[in-house]
Amino acid sequence: MPPSWVKLFGGLESPYDAEPMPRSRQRVARLGALIGAAVLLGACSFIGIEDAPLTTFEPAGPFAEKIDNLFWPVFWIATGVFVLVEGAILVAVFLFRDRGRDGEAKQLHGSPKLEVLWTVIPALILAGIAVPTTAAVFDLTECGSDAIEIQVTGHQWWFEYHYPEAGFDTANVMVIPAGEEVCARMTSDDVIHNFWIPALNGKRYLIPGQTTELRLQADEPGEYWGHCAEFCGLSHSLMRARVLAVTPAEYEAWLSAQQGGAPVPVEGTPEWDGFQVFQAKGCTQCHTVRLEDESMSLVVAEDAFNGPELTHFASRSVFAGAILPEEGQSRVDALRQWLSDPPNTKPGSFMPNLALTQQEIDSLIVWLDSNE
Amino acid sequence: MTATAERPTTTIFRRPSSTTGIWSWLTTVDHKRIGIMYGYAAFFFFLIGGIEALLLRIQLAQANSEFLTAGAYNALFTMHGTTMIFLFVMPASAAFMNYLLPLLIGARDVAFPRLNALSWWIFFFGAIFLYSTFFFGTSAAPVGVDGVGGIDGNLAAGGGPGSFNFLADSPDGGWFGYQPNAGPLYSSGTAMDYWALGLQIIGLASLVSSVNFVVTVLNLRAKGMRLLRMPVFAWMTTVTSFLLLFSLPIIAVALFMVTFDRQFGSLFFAASNGGDPILWQHLFWLFGHPEVYILILPAMGIVSEILPTFSRKPLFGYSAVVFAGAAIAFLGFGVWAHHMFASGITPVAQAAFGLATMTIAIPTGIKIFNWLGTMWMGRIHLDTPMLFAIGFVAMFTIGGLSGVTHAVVPSDWQQTDTYYIVAHFHYVLFGGAIFGLFGGLYYWFPKISGRTMNETLGKVHFWLMMLGFNLTFAPMHWLGLQGMVRRTWKYAPETGLEPWNVAVTIGAFIIALSVLIFMFNWFTSRRRGRPSGLDPWDARTVEWMTPNPTPEYNFAVPPVVTRLDHFWHLKYDQDAEGRAARKADADEIIARIEHEQLNPAAPIHLPNPSYFPLVAALGLPTMFYGIIYHDALWAKALIGVGAIITLAALIGWGMEPLEEPHEGHEDHELDEELELAPGDGHDG
Amino acid sequence: MADLAHEQTMDLGHPEHESTGVDNRKLGMWAFLSSEFLFFGALISNYLLYSNRPGFAGVYPSEIYDIPFTSVSSFVLLMSSLTMVLAHNALSRNDQGGTRTWLFATAALGSVFLGGQVFEFTEFITLHDMKLTTNPAASAFYLLTGFHGTHVAIGVIMLLSLWGISRRQGELSEKHGMNLELVGLYWHFVDIIWIVIFTVVYLLSVPPV
Repeated sequence: MPPSWVKLFGGLESPYDAEPMPRSRQRVARLGALIGAAVLLGACSFIGIEDAPLTTFEPAGPFAEKIDNLFWPVFWIATGVFVLVEGAILVAVFLFRDRGRDGEAKQLHGSPKLEVLWTVIPALILAGIAVPTTAAVFDLTECGSDAIEIQVTGHQWWFEYHYPEAGFDTANVMVIPAGEEVCARMTSDDVIHNFWIPALNGKRYLIPGQTTELRLQADEPGEYWGHCAEFCGLSHSLMRARVLAVTPAEYEAWLSAQQGGAPVPVEGTPEWDGFQVFQAKGCTQCHTVRLEDESMSLVVAEDAFNGPELTHFASRSVFAGAILPEEGQSRVDALRQWLSDPPNTKPGSFMPNLALTQQEIDSLIVWLDSNE
Repeated sequence: MTATAERPTTTIFRRPSSTTGIWSWLTTVDHKRIGIMYGYAAFFFFLIGGIEALLLRIQLAQANSEFLTAGAYNALFTMHGTTMIFLFVMPASAAFMNYLLPLLIGARDVAFPRLNALSWWIFFFGAIFLYSTFFFGTSAAPVGVDGVGGIDGNLAAGGGPGSFNFLADSPDGGWFGYQPNAGPLYSSGTAMDYWALGLQIIGLASLVSSVNFVVTVLNLRAKGMRLLRMPVFAWMTTVTSFLLLFSLPIIAVALFMVTFDRQFGSLFFAASNGGDPILWQHLFWLFGHPEVYILILPAMGIVSEILPTFSRKPLFGYSAVVFAGAAIAFLGFGVWAHHMFASGITPVAQAAFGLATMTIAIPTGIKIFNWLGTMWMGRIHLDTPMLFAIGFVAMFTIGGLSGVTHAVVPSDWQQTDTYYIVAHFHYVLFGGAIFGLFGGLYYWFPKISGRTMNETLGKVHFWLMMLGFNLTFAPMHWLGLQGMVRRTWKYAPETGLEPWNVAVTIGAFIIALSVLIFMFNWFTSRRRGRPSGLDPWDARTVEWMTPNPTPEYNFAVPPVVTRLDHFWHLKYDQDAEGRAARKADADEIIARIEHEQLNPAAPIHLPNPSYFPLVAALGLPTMFYGIIYHDALWAKALIGVGAIITLAALIGWGMEPLEEPHEGHEDHELDEELELAPGDGHDG
Repeated sequence: MADLAHEQTMDLGHPEHESTGVDNRKLGMWAFLSSEFLFFGALISNYLLYSNRPGFAGVYPSEIYDIPFTSVSSFVLLMSSLTMVLAHNALSRNDQGGTRTWLFATAALGSVFLGGQVFEFTEFITLHDMKLTTNPAASAFYLLTGFHGTHVAIGVIMLLSLWGISRRQGELSEKHGMNLELVGLYWHFVDIIWIVIFTVVYLLSVPPV
């Protein structure tokens, strides 16, 4: 005879040849198991409940907020239906289990009234959901007329940001002013990518040959995590993004700092050595660096293969598709890891392993990190 | 069959005649044997797809894990999706349809038995072709937009950190093959060609089957088996066949476009030349969404058979369930763009497709409520098939509800391309389709073996699978909403996703364990299971009116159907209160049926086996190998050889009669011959 | 034959109201053709999407159509539907010689059409330098008309097979009579699709402004 709780799960024996348990014991066993399941579920929901940096549950701006406000009512309606249906299944199994006492079932073939009822009620609920959904779609799609435009270009596997009014490029970290709407006008240089900053808005594709728009706004200064969400090739998982929201004043300061070029290093300094390595090792084939002395700027042609512009590299908290530095890793260690063998960190990376010596890497790091 | 006399009696080859051994299987045209072959092949690919999933889960159990290389990971998730959809759930459904459709409608075979064999062999060779990519395919690093970049040696030795990199030389563009990532510039090896052409072959197999099933249902029903007396599974087979007929040509065109882009330099999806990569998504999902219903409707049909039997009540709202199935299929063609809400289609289109998607919840709800209505007031017997059917309803409901949350378009902008979607469709396709299919296996196992499967092991299987399934896929909802994107080889530890991923991986291994238990049960029960007799479940439908295992001729006496649940009404009356009352002579009726069906009054002539379906199918992959390497001379020759093989087989087929002439065929009174068409549809 | 079929179905316990009464193979062909409609529907939509998108390199197909020439070849294909009907008609009168003649005429007209298509493709490629690889509109044009041509070619092969069987056996048996009907259905389908292609793709299609 199997233990009594087994009965709840249908019993181990075929019900045709099983002996019925005493009714009271069955009830107690079932109740016990149900309570156990509920406790287990409750316990589960408290483990790791802390929200992750990419959570959709902590909207930081009006657009994400709007989506969040739309999600929860629908979630609770769905939960209601869930409880209703799953409850009905459990009750049916519990009440109508054949215990061999009640004779055969009435042969009911259906009920037109019920059919109408469970067609109309869901239809009404859905209609109720449809109205705010449709309104929100139109609200959230078109950029406001006074939004700040930032052009986003997707590359395998990093995001490039172009600030058209100020006229410069940056990568991986998008800086925006808090409290103001930003209109991301997006396209792709290669395959389809999908730009997603969960705290600021939903996702939007970056499509080669086409332009899409995404409204972004952060109410408070802060760093917001993002990720490319459409599978875009070998290192899709390593195509991440950051949005740094700063106060409007900081934003203006940042803009003007970025517009200028990097200082030309003084000969004989460690920065100078790094600058030389940068030019000698072919980094200039892909990476633009604008210098204060514009005649010395190292500019990659538009139609050539482009890597991230590195003019103000040191001002960015993350690099290499926003994957480095990892948590607990120093910036210098992260740069060493990256420069010593990029495809080993990011498989398929277009930045090849240039077989740099340790000394060359260190010089490069000194120079790159001097360009605030 | 007077026409027989006019058929040529000799063909080039001697006609296969063995009834046992390997040749009998290779040349069979019996729908039951074809169904069994479909079933075993599908299960084999279920195991392969499952192993792929386990490897993916080992990778993801740890943040920043380097168990697999990125290339191997991408290849494995691509092949996991492709395998589970095209090589497992579809052929598994086809297995049930093949085996059961004629039995459910009281026929002796499908309308075109040889065409049926052809579709099985096309599927089989297509699957082998697709999987041969692991041996022959290559997958190169992207060459960059202008052919710049992709400097040699970009991939560190071994393809970057991780192991199993030998798996990376296989399709890696996702089962959805989004362009241009899966196009010639960004997936430049041959692996995606194997994928595109392999799916093309497998699609053709489904197309041929669906023609066959549509005609079978329309023309071969037993006397009295009106359309609205057909078991729901027969209905869902019909609906699925129509879905296939209307959706496969679209994916065929799309796959041809990809193949032409990749092989012959056309520019359909080349953005740099004005091609539109979003067009691929429209075409793919115009097929892909009906495909979802192609996967789920057969399982819904199975569940609609199991629930009434084990509730000992008729299906509640039979016609509502049938029409809801048809409505789901119809609406399924109008919702494809909900897979593309993030693609920047116009707000009008987004709102329209959002609303259309919501309407699908209505017929789906009708089905669920009617299944509940079936159980309600029933006398529920919790045998293993019933557990799986109830599991289906319970889990599918969850998938349906999360589906409604994606119909809320702005919510979907957050959810799409995250694990929330992975959770959603696994609740629908695993909690739904696969639970339904397992229920069907336990339910109809007696029909192929004459035995029932072990109940204890069956229940252990069910509860373990239920536990493992929920442990695997429930946390994925949370993971997705916490920002875990799909198709991600690595995630950073600071995302906080790791503990949940550990749970998911443990769940995946519990599922694997439950599948092993099922396999043990299957193989031991085939030999040692309890003999089932004719009617092990006190069933309702006519497939149980013939002995187990099913005789080769299905029915010695085809049933003459008087009402829905014909078999049940032979056994049961209703008392004054409308309760079922078993007839006093029910056991005698069953015994008589068994005796009649085991002892045909006259010899029954069945279609003869044939080599030609096998040979005709063999030509296709031969040609397609040639296309992949078409620059080489040997490959051009291979195309020719393949074409000749297929053409020759079709000519032989045309000259070979479906049945060899047999004595007494002029005698109409005694002719119990199966009323297959006066020939065979080799033109189609 | 209709009587015989009736008798058989009655004997086999299948009164007509349970089935469609349409021959299995004919029903199968209809099901197959319904699928084919969507196949060409997708190809035609695909062409329409690209045919007048501005900004492509090279010529657009609609800039170089030779409408008088294609009109003639379309007329030829249309006439082949007529000869197909005549073949079918002849067989129903059991005029085996007539059947053979009209079958051959249908195949011949189909071949003329195919020849016209080969000529057209050659002109487009050599005179106008419009290849499959020129631009998406050209790709879509060749894919659509190429697949239609392939369907015509398969039809011609089936017609010639029937013609050959008829010649060898001196007649088309009942079984092959059904085959003739099936090939006829297919052939008319291919013609109808061409009429749509000719109208939508050739006559109504304009290059981008």
